[in-house]
Amino acid sequence: MTSVEMSTVDTPVNPVNPIYARRRRRDLVVRGLCIAAAAFGVTWLALILFTLFYNGLAGLSLQVFTADTPPPGASEGGLRNAIVGSIMMTVIGVGIGAPLGLFAGTYLAEYGRNDRLTSVIRFINDILLSAPSIIIGLFIYGAVVVPMGGFSAIAGALALAVIVIPVVLRTTEDMLLLVPNPLREAASALGLPRSLVIRRIAYRAARSGLITGVLLATARVAGETAPLLFTALSNQFWSLNLSKTMANLPVTINNFVQSPYAYWKQLAWSGALLITLAVLALNVGARILGAERKTK
Amino acid sequence: MTELSVSVSQPAHALHGQPLPEAPAKVTARNLNFYYGDHHALKNINLTLGTNRVTAFIGPSGCGKSTLLRIFNRMYDLYPGQRATGQLMLDNTNILDPKLDLNLLRARVGMVFQKPTPFPMTIYENIAFGIRLYEKISKSEMDDRVEKALRGGALWNEVKDKLNASGLSLSGGQQQRLCIARTVAVRPEVILFDEPCSALDPISTAKVEELIQELSENYTIAIVTHNMQQAARVSDKTAFMYLGELIEFDDTSKIFTSPSDRRTQDYITGRFG
Repeated sequence: MTSVEMSTVDTPVNPVNPIYARRRRRDLVVRGLCIAAAAFGVTWLALILFTLFYNGLAGLSLQVFTADTPPPGASEGGLRNAIVGSIMMTVIGVGIGAPLGLFAGTYLAEYGRNDRLTSVIRFINDILLSAPSIIIGLFIYGAVVVPMGGFSAIAGALALAVIVIPVVLRTTEDMLLLVPNPLREAASALGLPRSLVIRRIAYRAARSGLITGVLLATARVAGETAPLLFTALSNQFWSLNLSKTMANLPVTINNFVQSPYAYWKQLAWSGALLITLAVLALNVGARILGAERKTK
Repeated sequence: MTELSVSVSQPAHALHGQPLPEAPAKVTARNLNFYYGDHHALKNINLTLGTNRVTAFIGPSGCGKSTLLRIFNRMYDLYPGQRATGQLMLDNTNILDPKLDLNLLRARVGMVFQKPTPFPMTIYENIAFGIRLYEKISKSEMDDRVEKALRGGALWNEVKDKLNASGLSLSGGQQQRLCIARTVAVRPEVILFDEPCSALDPISTAKVEELIQELSENYTIAIVTHNMQQAARVSDKTAFMYLGELIEFDDTSKIFTSPSDRRTQDYITGRFG
């Protein structure tokens, strides 16, 4: 603080001004509280990650990726069927849910801006967005599992798709609304029909945001347990049959961690670490895309 | 000498055709350099803003004139990766001192922006807000100060009956004068104008220009403008900048009638930029 020079003549603008001094003290206190609150939150996250890596890395070996889930009491085996099952159901779920979300978001942002229907859809979507995932699992159980006569991988994928839709819908609408209207006017002024204005101009301007939305939705469903519990269930054996139960990481972790067997518990830690790393990779990817958008 | 398209009216203190008497220095830059990350945006700037003088900064887009203005109140400090080197003095205060209290600096060096930025509150509160940051005064005193500031901003007659209306309800030109009044209310020593009229219509522009001339009786003023006629009308001194360098800095009447640098002449006669 170059205090001496600042206190010129009779101006109230000086560092010993009591109003200003009090404000600065308050600023210091509140800033300290903010830093403490941030540190408090980050500490728990760091502890969780540390525990996860510490326990997960210990059991991570090639076997985890090459062998299927072991029977109770066994001391070898891996997670191959669960990893493949998780990837399959996530890909199918996102493959169904993302296009639906993209189309619906496009309708809300581009075609239905002044529609009454739009605000109704948006309201319902917001509810869906915050619906507990176990409810979605139960819904698919009633809508698909019961009529089909049994648990199946496709039912699991559908449950994940239902979770993906509102997430992608929301980001798609938000990202398209960020595209400035003069850009649409300029494209229309060239004689482009509405559909081309959306596909060639609005989508391109919002591209990285749209992809980010899909990636975040993928990260969200990759770790979902509840909707799979009532739909895909799990499977101890290798299976690629979509009409049968299928192994997957979240439910396997859920089952193994509650078991009395040490090796199962070890595999649960490794599986948890794998999901975390995958979700981390998706989030980092989304971040990088988002940063690219800003520099472009 | 080619015929100039700009007419040089009588600026605030200029005695037409005669050199201005030197005013005591208010802000002095010595070997001032500025970097946006690796980009060297300002190169060895040396100049002085005279006390209670209007100094205009002209030059093509990207020449660094706004960048220079934003160093005077350390506005660039809001953004990481931007840094200044060299020396920049406000009276005896080193503006570039990393330990400088920026709040106090900015209370001394006010700024008016390109787009009017009234705060989302009433006209009265827009003015009183800044005053309360440093002064605790009675309601009647505050009323006086608000009126004085609004008169200072040449806005009083237009708003005196609706002081409790939102600042955002005013027209663009009125909003800009409200922002000037708000700046004046905290009694700064220097006022920076960053293209204050580029979002305004000609009538509002004329009012703001007139106001700038009046303000120069009590304040040191720096104004960045793309409009050369405006520079000629309002300023005592003009600085022509090009590609991050200060090409020419002299009395406004001299810059617009007999510039000594070829590039200045090309720019003011509209051959480029």
